[in-house]
Amino acid sequence: MAIDKRVASAAEALRDVKDGATVLISGFGGAGFPNHLIRGLKEHGARRLTLVVNSATHRYSLTHELIENGQVAHVICTAARGHAPGLSPFEKLWKDGRIELTCLPQGTFAEAIRAAGAGIPAFYTPVGVGTELTRGKEVRRFKGRDYVLEPAIEGDVALIRADTADRYGNLTFRYAQANFGPAMATAAKLTIAEVRVVEPAAIPHTRAQLPGVYVDRIVTAPGGTR
Amino acid sequence: MTAKPLNRLQMAWRAAQDVQEGQLVNLGLGMPIAVADYIPPDRDVFLQSENGIIGVGPLAPPDRIDTDLVDAGSRRVTLRDGATIVDSVASFAMIRGGHIDITVLGAFEVAANGDLANWDMRVPDKGPLVGGAMDLAAAARAVWVIMEHTTKKGAPRLVERCALPLTAQRCVKRVYTDLAVVDVAEGGFLVRELLPGLTREEIAARSGAPLAFATDLKPLSVPDIALPNS
Repeated sequence: MAIDKRVASAAEALRDVKDGATVLISGFGGAGFPNHLIRGLKEHGARRLTLVVNSATHRYSLTHELIENGQVAHVICTAARGHAPGLSPFEKLWKDGRIELTCLPQGTFAEAIRAAGAGIPAFYTPVGVGTELTRGKEVRRFKGRDYVLEPAIEGDVALIRADTADRYGNLTFRYAQANFGPAMATAAKLTIAEVRVVEPAAIPHTRAQLPGVYVDRIVTAPGGTR
Repeated sequence: MTAKPLNRLQMAWRAAQDVQEGQLVNLGLGMPIAVADYIPPDRDVFLQSENGIIGVGPLAPPDRIDTDLVDAGSRRVTLRDGATIVDSVASFAMIRGGHIDITVLGAFEVAANGDLANWDMRVPDKGPLVGGAMDLAAAARAVWVIMEHTTKKGAPRLVERCALPLTAQRCVKRVYTDLAVVDVAEGGFLVRELLPGLTREEIAARSGAPLAFATDLKPLSVPDIALPNS
């Protein structure tokens, strides 16, 4: 039987997400948020989730709905500050000690996800040395400079947004839509991509930006990320 | 008579004059982003944004907005001729790998040894936001800072040691303030350009660490640039 990764709905794609799962969610700067899948995860109702997402509060992402809904125990991110003058849903829970936060430099965040997908358990980086974000972490000197050891971040599930897919799961991205998506797809046991359109024929190799081997399920969500 | 302190666009203009032909430059949010508008037109420069754009163009006019074409600050932008786009892993490999010639960042404090504090003001209950600041500060070939010389309350931002949480250690090369252009040199702060009419004693009094003055100290000279809506 020919490979076909298309599924009919977000609910079907998310059916086996378990309580306590670590969920990687793409999106940065307003592009590449898998909002159709995030809404689906809210409806699915899985709890005690760890979210690995660049921003806990971006105004164009629906991540905050999962947080407001009490489904999230821990957020690993690079930005946890709300845009509005008041406190964001994340900040309210965080202030009361009801949600755990791990804040990482953005390049460390990206590389930790890449490392997990590339079979590297931890890596040394010069970023964050001597700052409170690396307090307590192992430091080692190479060629006269200090580097801090950062662990890889792997996920149970990755939810990513792309522009087009084919039945094999090959993906293309528009403009700045890719951001963390390709790395996240490599770092999770189950990767679900929502796309604007599934193309009827295979995407030519010159256009495919992520090999379909990293993608397990494809959901069509034409409406985009807003 | 003392000249008026520079406004934020004049500070951006002054920094822009030091960007050289062919450089790859990353501009931080806030004041630094305005540097893009004042790079002399005869210098061909690529602007990098952390979300993976190499060759950010001007803001998109309303009829050309594309919600997938944004920079790291969520601004709807365009691409310049020759632009390329990579994912976040490759973008930060570019940054961490030392391929960015200059990053221009905002700051709360810069210390005499080049330590930078620009990511956490310790606002109660507000979540932290570090983004790519630590990566850029730790790994760009040159880290420039644009900031007012003092806080609104008059406290110095050029200090002996940063009181606020550090972004990176010993990274800042040059600071453009509303009063001066200051290098971070071996022995501490070295004033290269000074606002006309401001005395050495007056700027020293507004600084929290000793200042040295370049032997060829120049006047800080910028054109009139009006702030929008002023």
